[in-house]
Parts: sequence; C-alpha cells; structure tokens
Amino acid sequence: MSEGLVVSNLSVDFGAVNAVHELSFHIRPGELVALIGANGAGKSTLIRALSGLITPSQGMASWNGVSLIGQKPEELARQGIVHISEGRAVIPELTVSENLALGGIWRRDKKDVEIAREQTLSIFPVLAARLGQRADSLSGGERQMLAIGRALISRPKLLFLDEPSLGLAPLIIEEIFKTIGALRTQFGLTVLLVEQNAMSALRIADRGLILNLGALVASGTSDELIADPQLRSAYLGI
Amino acid sequence: MFIDTLLIGLSSGAIYSLMALALVLVWRSTRVINFAQSGQAVLSTYIGYEITLRTHNYWVSLPIAIIAGALLGSSIDLLFIRVLTKRVKSGPIAEIAPVIATLGLLGLIQSLIGLIWGNAFLQYPSPLSAKGFTFGTHTIPFSPQNSMIVLSSAAVLAVFGIIFKYTDLGLALRAASFQPEIAQLAGVRVARVRNIGWAFAGSAGAVAGAVITPTSTLSPNSLDLLFVSGFIAAVIGGLDSLIGAVVGGVVLGVGFSFILQYIGSSVTFLMGFIILMIVLLVRPRGIFGSKVGRHA
Amino acid sequence: MRSRRFSPLVHGGLLTLTGAVLLLLSGFVDELRTYQGAQVAVYVIAISSIVLLTGYSGQISLGHGAIMAIGGYAAALSFVKWNFPFEIAILFGVIVGTISGFILGVAAARLSGPYLAGTTLALAVGLPTLADQFRVLGGEQGLNFDIGDPPTWITKIEGSSFTQYKWFFWITTIFALFTLWAITNLLHSSFGRNWRASRNNPVAAGLAGINVARGKVLAFTVSSGLASLAGALFGLLLGLVTPSAFPLSLSFAIVTGAVLAGVGNLAGSIVGAVVLVAIPEFSGTLATHLGNSQKVSANLPGLAMSLLLILVVLFLPNGLGSAQLVKKLYKKFTTT
Repeated sequence: MSEGLVVSNLSVDFGAVNAVHELSFHIRPGELVALIGANGAGKSTLIRALSGLITPSQGMASWNGVSLIGQKPEELARQGIVHISEGRAVIPELTVSENLALGGIWRRDKKDVEIAREQTLSIFPVLAARLGQRADSLSGGERQMLAIGRALISRPKLLFLDEPSLGLAPLIIEEIFKTIGALRTQFGLTVLLVEQNAMSALRIADRGLILNLGALVASGTSDELIADPQLRSAYLGI
Repeated sequence: MFIDTLLIGLSSGAIYSLMALALVLVWRSTRVINFAQSGQAVLSTYIGYEITLRTHNYWVSLPIAIIAGALLGSSIDLLFIRVLTKRVKSGPIAEIAPVIATLGLLGLIQSLIGLIWGNAFLQYPSPLSAKGFTFGTHTIPFSPQNSMIVLSSAAVLAVFGIIFKYTDLGLALRAASFQPEIAQLAGVRVARVRNIGWAFAGSAGAVAGAVITPTSTLSPNSLDLLFVSGFIAAVIGGLDSLIGAVVGGVVLGVGFSFILQYIGSSVTFLMGFIILMIVLLVRPRGIFGSKVGRHA
Repeated sequence: MRSRRFSPLVHGGLLTLTGAVLLLLSGFVDELRTYQGAQVAVYVIAISSIVLLTGYSGQISLGHGAIMAIGGYAAALSFVKWNFPFEIAILFGVIVGTISGFILGVAAARLSGPYLAGTTLALAVGLPTLADQFRVLGGEQGLNFDIGDPPTWITKIEGSSFTQYKWFFWITTIFALFTLWAITNLLHSSFGRNWRASRNNPVAAGLAGINVARGKVLAFTVSSGLASLAGALFGLLLGLVTPSAFPLSLSFAIVTGAVLAGVGNLAGSIVGAVVLVAIPEFSGTLATHLGNSQKVSANLPGLAMSLLLILVVLFLPNGLGSAQLVKKLYKKFTTT
C-alpha cells in the first residue's frame, strides 16, 4: 500500500483561509490520474504542497514510502518528482536548448542526459527546429512541449502537470494530451494531471479526483465519472 | 591628447565595470543592492595589504585578497542576507530594508576596520610602476599599473562571461536569477547557487580594490566613491544585465575622463548625475535593462 | 492604519503646549544640551521629509542631504549677498528647495526602486561639488550664515542669560513643531491616503481614479521643501554652509533616522532625531571609558549606529518609535 503516491489527511491553510481540507487519496505507480475542479478549488495549492513549494499545515504525503513533506522542491525534483507548474514552466530569457539543459544539469549520468535529450527532440521535433531561439519567442503550445521535454530529460518517475491546457487552442490541447498519454505509457510514468478542462483530461486518464473548495467530493474511474449525470453537470461542464 | 584621455577613461572604466559587475551579480540573484560592496572590497584589500606587509610580495597577496573577498561575500549572504530576506517580507520597510540593512553593514565593516587598523591613509605597495609608458619622447598617462587594472578587469569579466555562458554552473546561476521557482522545480539548488553568486561578486570587488588601491591610498572609506561610480555604471547599463555593467562602466569611465580633461575635476560626479538622468529619461531601466515583466 | 479621531485644532493645541514646555525647560539645561536640542529639532524636520517620501509615497532617496544643501545654500546666499533678514532667508531657502524638488520629482516619478536610489545617490555626491565650480557659492570655505545674537526684544524679556544657543533652540523648535503639525495634517488628508494607496498598489489606485504620477511628484516636492528647511536651519546652527557640511553620510543619516523612527511613523521622527544626536554623544562617553584611544573614539559612534540600524531593520521593522514596541515593552515589564 505504500507503493505510489499516498496522500493522507492533507490540509493547507493560508492564515485563516483553509485552501485544502483533509485530503486523502492514493495513486498507484503507472496510473494517470486527473485532478479536476473549478477555479479556486485548491488544485494548484495541493500540487504546490506536494512538490515542496508550500508547507501543509497537517497531514502526510509520500512517494513509494518516502515522505514528501518537509523536503525542498529541488530535492524532490532530484528524486524524480517533477512539477511542471501552471503557465510558467519555462524560463523565457533562456534559449530552448538551455531550458532543456536545465533538466539535466544536476544529473551525474551525462551520457543518459544526452540520450534523453535526443529522445525528447525526436518526440518534439518543433523544439529541435528552435534550439537557439529564446523561449519567450515560442508559442504557448511550444512552451508546454518545452516544459514537458525538460521534465523528460530529468528522467522523472512522478509527474505533476498543472493545467497544461491553459491558454492553448483546442487542437493544440488535443495534441498535448495525446502526447502526455503516450509518454506515460512509453516511460512508465505516474502522472497527476491537474485540469479545469475536465473532459479532455478524463479521456486520457485512468481515474479522476474531483475537488471542490479544498475537499475531495468524488473519485472513480474516468468512465464512471463521465457517465454520472450529476457530476457531468456540476463539474464537467456538460 | 584625445588618445591619452581615452586611455585613462578605459582604465577607470575597467574598474567601474568590475564594481558594477559585482553589484549586478548580487542584484540579479538576490534582488538586493549591496551597499556593503565597498566595505567588503576594502576589507579584502586590507587583508591583502597585511599579506603584502608580511610577504613583501604583491603577487601572493592578490589571490589571497580574492579568496578573502569570495569568503566574505559568501558569509554575508549566509549570515546576514538570508536572515534579512526571511524576516522582512512585507510591511512599510520591505522595499528599503535591504538598502538600509546593507548600509548598516557597510558602516559596521568600516568601523571595524577603523578599530583594527585605524583610519589613517595607508599605502598599498605594488611592484608596478605608476609612471606612464614612454614612446620616444612622448609619455602617455597610462602606466604599468593602469595596464594591470585593465588586464585584470578584462580577465575577471572574461572568466565570468565564460562561466555564465558555457558552464552548467553559469546556466544554474542565470536560471536561478531569472525564475528561481522554476529553477527549483527543475532541480537547481537555488540557495547554494545564490551563495556562489555572492562569492563571485565578493571576489570581483576584491580584485577591483586590490588593483586600484596601489594607485592611491588605503583607508576604510577609500572605495566608497568607486562604489558610487560602479552603481551609476550599473544603473546606466541596466541593473539586470551583465553586459550592461561592462558597457556602463566604460561609458562612465570614458565620460568622466573627458569631463575631467575638458571641463574640470570638481563637476565629474555632477556630470555623472546628468549622464545618468539622460540615460534613464530615454530608457528608465538602463541601456540593456529588461523592459517587460521584471519588477524592479 | 490608525483610525483615531484626528482634529488639527486639538493637535495644534497640543503641539503649542509642548513647545511652551520645551522652551521653559530649555532654561534649565546647559549650553551643550541646548545646542543638541536644536540639532534634534533640525533632524526631526529632515527625518519627516523621508517619512513622507518613503514611508507614505514609497519613493526612496539617498540624496536628501543634497537637497538640504540646496536649502542651506539658498538661505545663506540671500542672507550674505542680498541682506535678507534670516527668517526671509530661510523662507527663500525653502522656496528654492521646493522648486528644485519639483524638477527632481518629475524626473524621479518615472524611476523605480534601485534606479531612483542610484540617481539620488549620484545627486548626493555630485551636487555639493557645484560649490567649487561657481565662485559665488564660496568654494570649500562656503558661505557665512551667522545670524548673530538674539534680538533685543527677547533679551529684554528673558534676561541676559538668553544666549545665542537658546535663540537657536527656540527658532528650530518652533519650526519643527510647526512642521510636525502641518505634515501630520497633510498625511491624514486625502493626499496622505492617496500616497499610501498608490504605494501599496499603484494599479488599483490608478483604476480608482488616483493620479499616481502626480502624487509622486507632489510627495517629492513637499519632501524637498522640508529637507531644504532642515538644511537652512542646519546652516543656521553651524553659522555657515560648506560643501563638507552636506556629505553623503548626511543623506544616509537621515534615512537611518527615518528607519529608526519607523519609516511610516511621523511621531517616531522625534525618536529617530534623538537617537541620531544621542549616539555620537554616548559613544563619545563610552570611548573615554574605554581608554580614549583615537581608533576607538573615531569609530565607536559609527559602530554603534550601524549595529543599531541593523538590529532595528531585522527585528523592529516598525522602528523604535512604534506603538507595537511600546506595547511589547509594557507587557514585558508588567507581567513578571
């Protein structure tokens, strides 16, 4: 039972405001789970607590038995737990090549870094075409690919994707989501996908967790969630 | 005449660039204008001075002063700046707190220097001649000491340039200064990298102090005006830009030199102020300063 | 944000009462303390200029010593060259300083944080050098600003023990109290609220209809008026104005005083001013106890001031004069 991501009774408070309320869930290794909810539901806060950017006020979270709480974000990243943050996941002032390199600078196995880089460039050929350009000259979709590409170079095991579809055109969103699903299979990743775009996320996910006002209100397989009429109208926007 | 003035300008410009570089390094990584920079630099120079007195060897004291500068910079970051940024996150004083705190630190360092070494003007001996190079009958106002200044500044700038552009450490430094959170999430040990930035800045200041002090005198306040010039140079070049620090330094150095030659010595800083105002009027963030996104 | 009821009349009355008490007390202290009291009064005005500019309008200036110089020189110039009576000379100094402040303020409004700091720093170092450039400004020796002995109508009332220093104390204190009254009024008015709002969130303030840029220029202008008043009085106390009377360290000192005061706290400027005058005094005494060596006596004041500054910034961000501190100390001493 300690395999995978185990979150138990996690709460995050900002002063008097309770953003995340006693959350408990379990993600098995290799699963792609969608975390859905409206704006302000606490999704991003939860992810930031899991990746070490904020300290939860109570509760536990662990990955394969090792506690995440209290570790610095950079240490978690070096353990293969990579958080691709919402909207700002690349460094605009650096080139595409430098952004990618950032994924591997702390790694010892430079040979494998090179292999991973080649893999990434073949998965995202548009990045290969723009290696020398500054990241701020890329389109939204390209930046998302760059962020994912950088993450891949660090050989992640657990991936937190925070609203990758934000600000992107529907066709690009399709492509990104397809890629995420494919990468999960190819590299055996465990993915927690945070999204407002519930339908698209559930279509590639195995399971879904629905958050409202910081609390877990529903969970189940994607098929179950999509089929439930109440949930559809309340959270899936249909 | 013109060439002479230009040469002098390049020599002083080199030093201003070094000081500006030290300030920009710290500003980019920590968002702090380190007013204690001149104090750190002069303290490193005093240490170099002590070594010179004991070993009678300028070339031994130079690297030791540099190491002292690096250690000083690193310690100040660890013991002082971290505490400062943690404690003063908001409130009426948040913007000026780093300014005041580093000013306080400057006063502290200079008072301690005065208590240890006294306030008298000391002479930092250097094997290099202060007499200008002679070409036939013409002696230019550019001496071996001046060439030392220009060469060492160029060396420091080149070393840092290479580190920043071509090494993993440089990439980490740049990433951490542009977007510390993203860098963290990518696995960069931001706090450690910042500390290295402070050490670099400290060593740059130490080089500046060690090469310029033999041309005048050593006292607790001897590098203060240099710091002001360095600050002006950094602002002219754009506080976010390392290249700007170099350009700003050269512009200021050459500008001062020509003003000195053709107008007079007393108004150099006033002209500096005017140069600064003109640049900032056209580009409020300096010549190479970033326009979008970054909060000053 | 204090929500006390504020009545300018009551406030003015209180200050007048304070003034009367101070003037009475000044009869009982020696010459040195009287002079130091005058220095405190001048620093109160100077520090209040920073409280307004930085504490309320959020702009940083490391060059207010230069603005003090403008006030001081303008006053002395009119006193020496055009034989203005000293009160008019001081007024003239304030006018010139205010106009200069307006010009600087227009330039400063575009600059943020460290860029403004750098510009004002350059001003602080560069401006005093003007004195060497124009002979009318007296060069290194400066200009005389000796206002002489107290006028006869006072010595008739007060008696012959009314010295020049007492006269200085009266002048500076009256100006300081008036300044405190006027500026408190200003800070409690819509101007003060607009400054605060613009500083906390300029975008929101702009959307709410506040002209942020104009407010900044206004703040800089008024602040410069205050600083030039302080500079004129400063010159009065010294009996002359020279470039070396307005060094860079003066600019740093008044910012220091404002921080010690609690940079948004006008009343605290009194505390800040007292500390600025007291530290050199105390460290001088301490230095004598510690053997009176040259090294110690020259550096102890600076050491003490720097340490105090660092401790205040780190641990008392609301300054020494803050209500919070008083409450904390009160609690500490009454609950043992």
